[in-house]
Amino acid sequence: MQTDTPVISCRNAWKLFGPNPRQYLSQMPDGQSYNDILADGYIAGVKDVSLDVGKGEMLVIMGLSGSGKSTLVRCFSRLHDITGGTIEIDGQDIMALPEKGLIELRRSKMGMVFQSFGLLPHRTVLENVAFPLEMRGQDSHKRRERAMEVIKLVGLDGREGYFPRELSGGQQQRVGIARSLVIEPDIWFLDEPFSALDPLIRREMQDEFLRLQEMLGKTIVFITHDFDEALRLADRIAIMKDGAIEQCDTPDQIVLNPKTPYVLKFTEDVEKALVVHASALAKPLNGEAVEGTPIDGGMTIRQLARTLVNDPRENLPVADSSGTVTGVMSRKAALDLLMGPA
Amino acid sequence: MFLQAILVTALILTAAKPILPDFLVRLPDVWIPPFADWLDVFFEFIRGDMDAGRWGLIYVTRWFADGPLEFMLGVTANILEGRHRWPYFENPLPWSSVAAVTVVLGYYLGGWRMALLAGGTMIWTALMGQWNITMQTVSVLLVAAPLGFAIGLVVGITAWKYRSFDNAIRPLLAVMQTLPFYTYLLPAVIFFKVGPTAGAIATTIYATPPMILMTTIGLRKVSPEVVEAGKMSGATRWQMLTKVFIPTARTEILVGVNQVIMLSLAMIVLTAFIGMPGLGATLLSSMNSFRLGRSLEIGITIVLLAIMLDQMSKAWVAKQPVHFERGTPWYLRHKHVVVALVLFSVFYVAAQFFDMLNDIGRRQSFSQAREIDALIKGFLALDVVKSITGTIRYVLNVWVLVPFRDALLWIPTSAFILFVVAFAYGVGGKRPALYALIFFSLVALSGWWDRSVITLYTVFAAVFLASLFGIPLGIVASRSERWSKRILMLCDTAQTFPSFVYLLPAIMLFGITDTTVVLSVVIYTMVPLTRYTIEGLRNVPPEMSEAADMSGATRWQKLTSVQLPLAVPTMAVGFNQAIMFAFFMVIIAAFIGTQDLGQELQRTLAGTDLGKNFVLGICVSLMALTFDMAILSWANRRKKALGL
Ligand SMILES: Nc1ncnc2c1ncn2[C@@H]1O[C@H](COP(=O)(O)OP(=O)(O)O)[C@@H](O)[C@H]1O
Ligand SMILES: [Mg+2]
Repeated sequence: MQTDTPVISCRNAWKLFGPNPRQYLSQMPDGQSYNDILADGYIAGVKDVSLDVGKGEMLVIMGLSGSGKSTLVRCFSRLHDITGGTIEIDGQDIMALPEKGLIELRRSKMGMVFQSFGLLPHRTVLENVAFPLEMRGQDSHKRRERAMEVIKLVGLDGREGYFPRELSGGQQQRVGIARSLVIEPDIWFLDEPFSALDPLIRREMQDEFLRLQEMLGKTIVFITHDFDEALRLADRIAIMKDGAIEQCDTPDQIVLNPKTPYVLKFTEDVEKALVVHASALAKPLNGEAVEGTPIDGGMTIRQLARTLVNDPRENLPVADSSGTVTGVMSRKAALDLLMGPA
Repeated sequence: MFLQAILVTALILTAAKPILPDFLVRLPDVWIPPFADWLDVFFEFIRGDMDAGRWGLIYVTRWFADGPLEFMLGVTANILEGRHRWPYFENPLPWSSVAAVTVVLGYYLGGWRMALLAGGTMIWTALMGQWNITMQTVSVLLVAAPLGFAIGLVVGITAWKYRSFDNAIRPLLAVMQTLPFYTYLLPAVIFFKVGPTAGAIATTIYATPPMILMTTIGLRKVSPEVVEAGKMSGATRWQMLTKVFIPTARTEILVGVNQVIMLSLAMIVLTAFIGMPGLGATLLSSMNSFRLGRSLEIGITIVLLAIMLDQMSKAWVAKQPVHFERGTPWYLRHKHVVVALVLFSVFYVAAQFFDMLNDIGRRQSFSQAREIDALIKGFLALDVVKSITGTIRYVLNVWVLVPFRDALLWIPTSAFILFVVAFAYGVGGKRPALYALIFFSLVALSGWWDRSVITLYTVFAAVFLASLFGIPLGIVASRSERWSKRILMLCDTAQTFPSFVYLLPAIMLFGITDTTVVLSVVIYTMVPLTRYTIEGLRNVPPEMSEAADMSGATRWQKLTSVQLPLAVPTMAVGFNQAIMFAFFMVIIAAFIGTQDLGQELQRTLAGTDLGKNFVLGICVSLMALTFDMAILSWANRRKKALGL
């Protein structure tokens, strides 16, 4: 679903916390490590990050707690002012925006969901959801109508008169989601939206989230510290450590080719066959002719397990979603992935 | 080492008093700078002079007093007590109508219990024939408390926005909270005219600091995610403040409101000293003329009013919004307003026909003042009672109070200051010791040394006696869950009583004497002592008590070697509060007749001696702050060391 013009474009972005970050950054020699910076009394929340997010893409940012995920996303929405580098939203440098423009941007283009919901305790579900509309001065009738639409969308109709403390955690986060969607944003930020929920509810909310995404097709930046969640949701995963991005790739590539020992650690316990798609294992054709019925490149190796065991061919042709054969996959490699190397 | 050195020096100075040069014993008068005159010049300058047409603050304050303030006070006075002011209602509202609305408000805030409390208070007041004087007090409260709220909110928000402003006002607020109330009264009179205007202003200023602090605390506590959610919703700065920060900080702000209301009530009662009519003035004159029955009845009214206001405002803090089912009609959504309006009108109409519902005068009232008076006086005249009170008075005076006072007065000023510095150093450390040195030297330089020492002596004696009773009471009560709760509730309730009423029981038993002052302070300060003892002991982590049990400790061993040491920091906070309360009360009690700073302060109220008034007030404040800083810094350090 990606197109060429990135919605978010981030070039060499830095965010330092400390007494005098701008001046420090301008005088800092190249190649300072996180710990060098720390020793100078600064925390590198975001460290030289360059990243593009395409339209309709779901980028998952993943990393241990304190690795800078929230800080990075808060730089995208300019809740933090970056210390160095540039961040552009739809080609507009957000650091150059005056306060008015920034408010306008948030009122029209961005929605954000928070880990502990960030609901206003004195407002009902309806008033919370309608809050962004109220901020932009919409009249109360229209506000109500639109808010009710979104409340229905997240499955909370009937509860619109409740106050946040009268709701369960899962329901509160639905309110948070509804509020972030009410202005029909182009870009949707979610900062560990399901981390505060218990595992069963989390699963349910993830399904719900995927349903919404399928329906709405927004550009999404999703934060999690849960690798399984990342694999389940992501088009691409960016793995962060100490403010920097260690690797940014598709789930298949991250699982198959972890670039650093740190990334490897995450992937070790993953059931790879569940993640990796046939297309990721396929090698290019290089003009070779292949025969027989191709397999669907969009299937995971686990889904192909029966075929792999029964099909006697050494190399299996792999087709993309339109049915054209795009590569061949070695059956042995796939079986190795499925059952472990012999 | 340093500590020993100061102590030894102080002891040597004391022992060597007969051969000490005079200036070390007492500062000679010629050394005393004329602070009061300087202050007078300063005040004169900023005040301006209306007669001479010289511009100054007084133009602003007089405008405010004559304009908006007078107007607001006039409105509430017209509606509640029928004074001839705008909006020119013929008669004040019937008491039954006001009572009905209060009951509904009570029900709305706290259910039947609160409704009962409100109704009981109102009916008692009316039946005792005190409705009018109570409304005189309430009409000022209705102006002073909202004013305090508004000022506190604005200043609190500013302090939250600008750190430097916050840092600047913190010490000012600390001084304001220890300045004796009389020091507020005189400037109020000079800048804002005598009577309700001055009373309202003094009250407002005294009641505002907690509101400022609570506002700042509340706004700082708003969770960062709520703030970010607000920003991401595209809120402007103003929208952030009014729609995100203030509503989310509701709880703390309402706690501030509760404190403003309670302090306002306590202070309005005290404004009797500058001639404000109402409950305070009537109580004061009854006490002065020893009409105990009437004093008691008014005391009860004040206490009931205080409990009612406290409980209702606390219920407001705790009240959380609850949703209505869809399709609830408007009269059910606003049923409290509807019921209040209906009852108000019903009683209003009924009052036109039944005079009892309109106004119960002194004569028709059910007041038993005369009978109670006779009863109390008869009781006091009993030989047994007389001999008991006489003995207590004698023992206290001859064995405790007078010797202690004379001893303190005997100590040379220089040695006294060093003793205080040693105390501050030993307890609080270097900073408190430095402040102690500066503050007490200033007190010595003020020229009011002897009176300051007498004030201190009363404070110490009272807190000491209160500890003798209050701490053991707390220890015993903390033994059982049930008793802890009961006594804590009693303390909480007692703490809401306006300080003035604490004088009542003491005056009843001991008449208008020195002992009365000390005893009323003892009763007043027992409250925090008992309270914090219980809290300290109850909050000892259960693992630690259990560990002591498992080591085979007896109850006594457990108490002395585990529970008390862990509770001591909390108890110290209570002790500190007791000292602050004592300073406050000692000064108030001055009208009974003391020889301390309070008496001098009270005398200034009759004149225009602003400079002297301030010097005296600041002496009290400096002494109070010295102990405050030392003890609190000890308590904090100790708490940290114990990991509490
Ligand atoms: N406002 C701030 N001031 C100072 N340090 C901060 C601030 N916000 C975040 N940090 C620091 O930046 C680092 C990254 O934090 P964060 O982005 O919240 O991590 P994550 O969301 O990945 O758990 C942490 O070390 C954190 O302490
Ligand atoms: Mg985070």
